[in-house]
Amino acid sequence: MEAFFEHFRLWLAAFLTLGIFSFLYKDNPWYKLTEAIFVGISAGYWFVVLFWDNFHGKFWVGAGEYSINWVVAKLTGAQAPPPPDSSIDFMLWVGAFLGLLMLLRLVPKIGWISRWPLAFIVGSTGGLWLINYFASNVMVQAQATMVPLFSSAFGTGFDQNADAVIGALIIFLGTFSGLVYFFFSKAHTGVFGGTARVGVFFLMITFGASFGYTVMSRMSLLIGRIDYLLGDWLGMIK
Amino acid sequence: MGKRHWILLGAIVAVIIIAAVLWLFPKERWGTVFSLLLVFGGLVALLLRSLYAKEVERRIIFLFILVAVAAPILFPITFTEKPTAVVQAVFDKIENLPSGSTVLLSFDFDPAMAPEVQPMANAISRHCLEKGHKVIFMSLWATGQALLSQSLSDYILLGFPDKVDGVDYVNIGYKAGNEGVLNVIVSNFEKMFPTDVNSVPLKDIRIFDDIASAKDVDFIMSIGGGMPGPKEWVLFVGDPGDVDVGVGVAAVVAPQMYPYYPAQVIGILGGVKGAAEYEYALKDAYPVFADMDTPGLRMMGPQTLAHIVILSFIVIGNIIYFRGRRERKQ
Repeated sequence: MEAFFEHFRLWLAAFLTLGIFSFLYKDNPWYKLTEAIFVGISAGYWFVVLFWDNFHGKFWVGAGEYSINWVVAKLTGAQAPPPPDSSIDFMLWVGAFLGLLMLLRLVPKIGWISRWPLAFIVGSTGGLWLINYFASNVMVQAQATMVPLFSSAFGTGFDQNADAVIGALIIFLGTFSGLVYFFFSKAHTGVFGGTARVGVFFLMITFGASFGYTVMSRMSLLIGRIDYLLGDWLGMIK
Repeated sequence: MGKRHWILLGAIVAVIIIAAVLWLFPKERWGTVFSLLLVFGGLVALLLRSLYAKEVERRIIFLFILVAVAAPILFPITFTEKPTAVVQAVFDKIENLPSGSTVLLSFDFDPAMAPEVQPMANAISRHCLEKGHKVIFMSLWATGQALLSQSLSDYILLGFPDKVDGVDYVNIGYKAGNEGVLNVIVSNFEKMFPTDVNSVPLKDIRIFDDIASAKDVDFIMSIGGGMPGPKEWVLFVGDPGDVDVGVGVAAVVAPQMYPYYPAQVIGILGGVKGAAEYEYALKDAYPVFADMDTPGLRMMGPQTLAHIVILSFIVIGNIIYFRGRRERKQ
């Protein structure tokens, strides 16, 4: 039976992979079916993961279960649960409440209330990121763009080897000319225009490198699927 | 010359080429040579077609990419992948840490990204364990945890039967919260991960005897390419915690990580090329890994051929464009 399911798994995965590839020929029902299965399974998978990890793993274990038991005990007169230990965090109710407000979007008349938790998410994420982003992506990056070429005792020669010096100069030139290109308050003429044109070259090289890496990335995924089809499914790879 | 004559001429040339290949190359290279001839012969045919200003059907391009990828998989073509400075920096960091150091490996990827980054994750894990480092495995992606567990049982630990869970390595799994998780573990591991994946409390795991937070580990390697991933490790742990961070990323993300090198990340493994270079360095330095499966190196054959085909298509496309422009001017 195990062998049957192993074969079934192989054939099903091959069927779905070929279904996705069939779009390259033209749009067709096989592709539509595969696409729908992918979207459905993805949504289902994420729902289950988030339910067990967030709702159950954090809220229910961390506060919900204890609170419900306590309320039920009070209402029925049964023995109340022992006092909460350090693993119980009633602040989780705040998150649960905000989560509940988010679901009000499903009720058109009071759907506007769902903006409150959204505002909280946007505000807290902004606050969390602001300092780290500014420190790492602005300060340290700016510092790394303007590294000293000479030693602290000026006149004793270069502080770094030739490669590093040339690299630092290129980075500085690229950053400066790139910024000049995006400065639109002055007409791009004369020396200013020339610098902006140098910036365009740097931008083109950057986009080219990104394109090259993107091609490599997409090819890797294709290789992964072809490897599966030819190797695991058809057994053609020795 | 009519169409029939062209077909006859083509058939004669094909027979001569086939005979030459059979005569010149050993039997085990026939597949590779015929694949290359098919791809490059086809490209020449398309170039000639483009010179006559005839457009190329997009499905023909797809077919070429398929052949360029499939042929080197069926008839392997391998290259020497000498590590570049950014990859060597990661290798040297792990190599130069004293045995018994603690390394944190975060598998921040999903099945869609796995073909690209799984090879580097496996190679780095093997390197760390072989060097005798204590390894903390974790994931910021829900889908990464399953891949991590599968990787450990099916590939990484097979070569290290003497390694003990909780002593030499530990899998603390996944926690939801994205960068919020990092924001907590940079000051306290136990608050976010009270147990490992086997529900063993962190305080009972020997690796965590001297590790209270992510700041206490000797090196962090984040492998992924989305969000949360390597960039978040730099922003929320590496920089504020002053911990050395290395990154292994999907190629599409690699250009975004270069600005962080070398001040904020000590090295970068970019896509399957980075993985291949790391595998090469590992095999070169450790004879024990001579027979190790090297998917990164294996994938570089199809990568190279596919890139050549794509570059050729760019050239052919430009020829068609400039030719068309010239004709329009005339």
